[in-house]
Amino acid sequence: MANDNKTKNPSGDGVDPTRRKFLKNTGIALGGVAGGSLLGGLLVSQSENKNDSSSKDDKAQAPRTRGREFFARYEDFLVLAAATELIFPKDDNGPGAIDLDVPYFIDKQLAGTWGVNDDDYRQGPFDEKKVKEAADTANHARANRGQLFIDGLRSMNAESKKRFDVTFDEATEEEQGEIMTDLETGKLKMKTLPSDGFFELLKQATLQGAFSDPLYGGNKNMDGWRMKEFPGARASYADVIEEEDFVELEPVSLTDYQQNI
Amino acid sequence: MAEDNKTNNSSEEGVDPTRRRFLKNTGIALGGVAGGSLLGGLLVGQSGKKEDSSSKESASEANYTEARMFFTRFEDFVILEQATERIYPEDDNGPGAIGLGVPYFIDKQLAGKWGVNAKDYRQGPFKESEPTADMSSLTRGELFILGLRKIDEESQKRFKETFAKIEAEQKDEILTDFADGNVDMKGIGSNKFFDLLRSATLEGAYSDPMYGGNRNMEGWKMKEFPGSVASYTDMIEEKEFIKMDPISLTDYQQKS
Amino acid sequence: MAEKLDKVDVVIVGSGWAGGTAAAELSKEGYDVVCLERGKDHSTKDFIGAKDELRYSRRREMFQDLSKETLTIRNELDEVATPHRSNETNSINGTDTGGSGVHWNGQIYRWLPTDFELRSKTIEKYGEDIIPKDMTMQDWGITYEEIEPYYDKFEETIGVSGEQDPLRPKMSRPFPNPPMKETATMALFKETTKEMGYHPYHMASANMSQQYENPDGETINACAYCAFCEQYGCDFGAKADPIVTVLSTARRHDNFELRNNSYVVRILHENGRATGVRYVDTQTGLEYDQPADLVVVGGYTFTNTRLLLLSEVGKPYDPVANTGVIGRNLTTHFANLTHLRVRGFFDDKKFNRYAGAGALGTTMDDFNVEQLDHTKHDFLHGFIIRSTQLGSRPINNNFVPEGIPTWGQEFKDKSLFYTNRNIDIQQQNGVLGWRYNYMDLDPTYKDVFGDPLLRVTAKIHDQDRNIVRYAHQKSKEILEKMGADHITVPEITDETEFDHTSLGDHTAGGVIMGSDPETSAVNNYSQLWDMENVFVLGASSFPHNSSSNPTNTVGALAYRATEGMIEYLKGDGGLLVEAKATKNV
Repeated sequence: MANDNKTKNPSGDGVDPTRRKFLKNTGIALGGVAGGSLLGGLLVSQSENKNDSSSKDDKAQAPRTRGREFFARYEDFLVLAAATELIFPKDDNGPGAIDLDVPYFIDKQLAGTWGVNDDDYRQGPFDEKKVKEAADTANHARANRGQLFIDGLRSMNAESKKRFDVTFDEATEEEQGEIMTDLETGKLKMKTLPSDGFFELLKQATLQGAFSDPLYGGNKNMDGWRMKEFPGARASYADVIEEEDFVELEPVSLTDYQQNI
Repeated sequence: MAEDNKTNNSSEEGVDPTRRRFLKNTGIALGGVAGGSLLGGLLVGQSGKKEDSSSKESASEANYTEARMFFTRFEDFVILEQATERIYPEDDNGPGAIGLGVPYFIDKQLAGKWGVNAKDYRQGPFKESEPTADMSSLTRGELFILGLRKIDEESQKRFKETFAKIEAEQKDEILTDFADGNVDMKGIGSNKFFDLLRSATLEGAYSDPMYGGNRNMEGWKMKEFPGSVASYTDMIEEKEFIKMDPISLTDYQQKS
Repeated sequence: MAEKLDKVDVVIVGSGWAGGTAAAELSKEGYDVVCLERGKDHSTKDFIGAKDELRYSRRREMFQDLSKETLTIRNELDEVATPHRSNETNSINGTDTGGSGVHWNGQIYRWLPTDFELRSKTIEKYGEDIIPKDMTMQDWGITYEEIEPYYDKFEETIGVSGEQDPLRPKMSRPFPNPPMKETATMALFKETTKEMGYHPYHMASANMSQQYENPDGETINACAYCAFCEQYGCDFGAKADPIVTVLSTARRHDNFELRNNSYVVRILHENGRATGVRYVDTQTGLEYDQPADLVVVGGYTFTNTRLLLLSEVGKPYDPVANTGVIGRNLTTHFANLTHLRVRGFFDDKKFNRYAGAGALGTTMDDFNVEQLDHTKHDFLHGFIIRSTQLGSRPINNNFVPEGIPTWGQEFKDKSLFYTNRNIDIQQQNGVLGWRYNYMDLDPTYKDVFGDPLLRVTAKIHDQDRNIVRYAHQKSKEILEKMGADHITVPEITDETEFDHTSLGDHTAGGVIMGSDPETSAVNNYSQLWDMENVFVLGASSFPHNSSSNPTNTVGALAYRATEGMIEYLKGDGGLLVEAKATKNV
């Protein structure tokens, strides 16, 4: 429908109180405009800036890879984080999607060739009916994966606001679950493809983020592999291949494998 | 980490013997083309800071982002390391391209949209008489592979040795010929390839560390660039130079 | 088959400064307005934390996706044009809500009284012979006095921070906000040029010197001088852009609707009247016909020109026969000439160059068209000189004095040393129209929908080279006085030519304004002579490019055009201005 492109919100909604404080502190007078939720990050960065740098040396080697390359709008990212956590939640086995940095993995994937379906055949015509019938729905949509994610996450968020008066990431787990179930069963209205197609895409991406090499920004600290008792990029299993008992091995990342072997 | 690996607990001893042993153990014949070139490449690879690997372990959060996404052939990556390091060498100011992770930055960029010119107009016909990087029918990824192999080919031709192992002056001689457009390349002028390589090197030295270069913001520190600072309102009228510690986008965008 | 939608009063193509300004005014008047934006939804939320030089300045995040559509370029009429393939060599126009108005710097200038009557005033002062053969110098069919109230209105809307230029006509009232802060380099430039007898002043800015509420009730925050302005959306809503001003105003009205991902492919028309537009939803591929009483084409120069040519609205310009108008008088501030900078390097002074704002700077008009005696020069028109502090980001700021290599040991050391020890002076000159600098449809290359790309045919003339050489000489003198130890002046040879790196972000023409339908496409209300219910807004209506930045004039003419549209909609139709045959070329 043509009307789905309609965006009516005046730009001034949703000013985060923390950001408000920052803006005041730095002498930026506040109007209705500087919306959003960047918040604490700015406050922390500011204070860090004033402190001496010696304390920072402790984390000198920590990679600063958690900036967003694809999601310009923070609230989209928050919906993504909540949705992936629902798919792969934290439990006694270990971290969930958020602690595994799955949202950052997906952000980087969407910023890359996968997000624009670079290796796919992308010539039209795109048949709407085929999109609905195809087993791999997402591959038959006109919109690329980046656009599908934006559409899907915003549809989920809009639905949450409509049903529960809160953003998806602030809804209760039960409320989130209700929307996710509708997404999974194709009942949530989306513009670019049937919602079950997006659910499949989201689920695949979440699992990929949990279990791919940490090089790609997810599987933080290889904890996804540890939970799965998967040893990662090992040169050889010649010495264990005949063992009758399960052999638990520490995982090896591609970074270690390619640099140290 | 590798030392926990039952089949190979000696990675700390150095690359070559371990790999040799591994290859022997697994029955892969040594010598010949595959073994030889692979070993050679691994021997001179400098990007992996092996001395860090034990301290990585103790750091609360290790860096697992320095593996290759684009370059499947390690030899190509080694040429990339050496060429970028000549363009932006380590000196008294601080680290060079390798120390900044520039080769890994370029690897990630080539694995992404930039490497396949995803946002560019790519319909033919292409004009062969205009061999700039963006006018070539080859993608940036293809141009890098061609260019780096050409650099090595020149080295083999002139000095009977791989580019990674020749002297700095010899490397500069070859790179200067590329920069001046004096080397014949397929699909692009060698000077245009050099421009591409040079600009990617500087991007890797100075872009936000989330892209894999500018390791530990050392590029910005050398450049006295403060990174992502929210506001300069309080100091914009200062007459004296003010030096600040840089702030990364990860810090800027995050709550933590 | 395109689905036919319900008719509206007005359909607007493009949501940038041109389309957005019309959207605000028409929505306020109660008309049903639909604004079609080809790009995605953008709000201030998308710009928070966007301090990423690689993504925005190098990979050109805010610019049009050229894989879908680009333009082709050539110099000569008998050449096969080649496509402009990548934004990396030269980014041309923006996309998404707010268009290029989102990632602009916010540098504000009014154009000069002489600009609007350039041909008449040139002839009056020097005689017709001073105009070279094939230079298509024209009057605009409007005077400065007529446009002044609209400048004033646009400046109030965008909250201009600035002061009166000592060499320009006195404004009817001061700018709504005081000037921005003054950096050490600006102070040095000001002090030096004053000593040299020039008239520097604080450049007017659409970055706010203080929080501001505009007459429509929209708030723009105070600038934080964070240095991520040009090519970025503002992190703080502190730069006037269409999103925080005119589009926000339009969105307060239920009779306004902005549709994103809506790529207009044709103006629909019957019997000489437009009936609406056809567009493709780029996310679904579905086609829609949006009927309307009035069609407003408010995109970028290229979009406007191409849409008219594709729709067969107006008569295409033919430079050989010298007939037709659509595509005529393409001008640009050449990126490889007009926008080259003279740079001074200081061995003993260090400045906080990393901080800044898009429109933070000092500028002067001492060499502008009205100050020069053209009998003493080998060029027409004139130029401004300015020194800005936009904030030097590290990938793009690796300048070294002449003679230093551009890579290797010495390069690294010197490029680091001079990072905060260099100041550039920019000149910007008027660029005039020529008979063979024009646009038409390309016979070879197509866009993603199978439609021909727009083809640009253009050459750089001696006029352009001469004026820039002279301006660089003047810039160099200023830098010498400022105490620069090394100065780099870009080399301009007789071979410096228009190519794929040349189109500047200030490109104009194609649907130009005038009083004679033989040589202009629109009247001074931006109404098409050949189709009275089509108004074409934006820099496409400029017969030439003046020496300063275009946005203020885009906004002013959009306000004037909207007055005309309202008059047209309320009245019985017809042309708002009587056509005049002139000896205009």
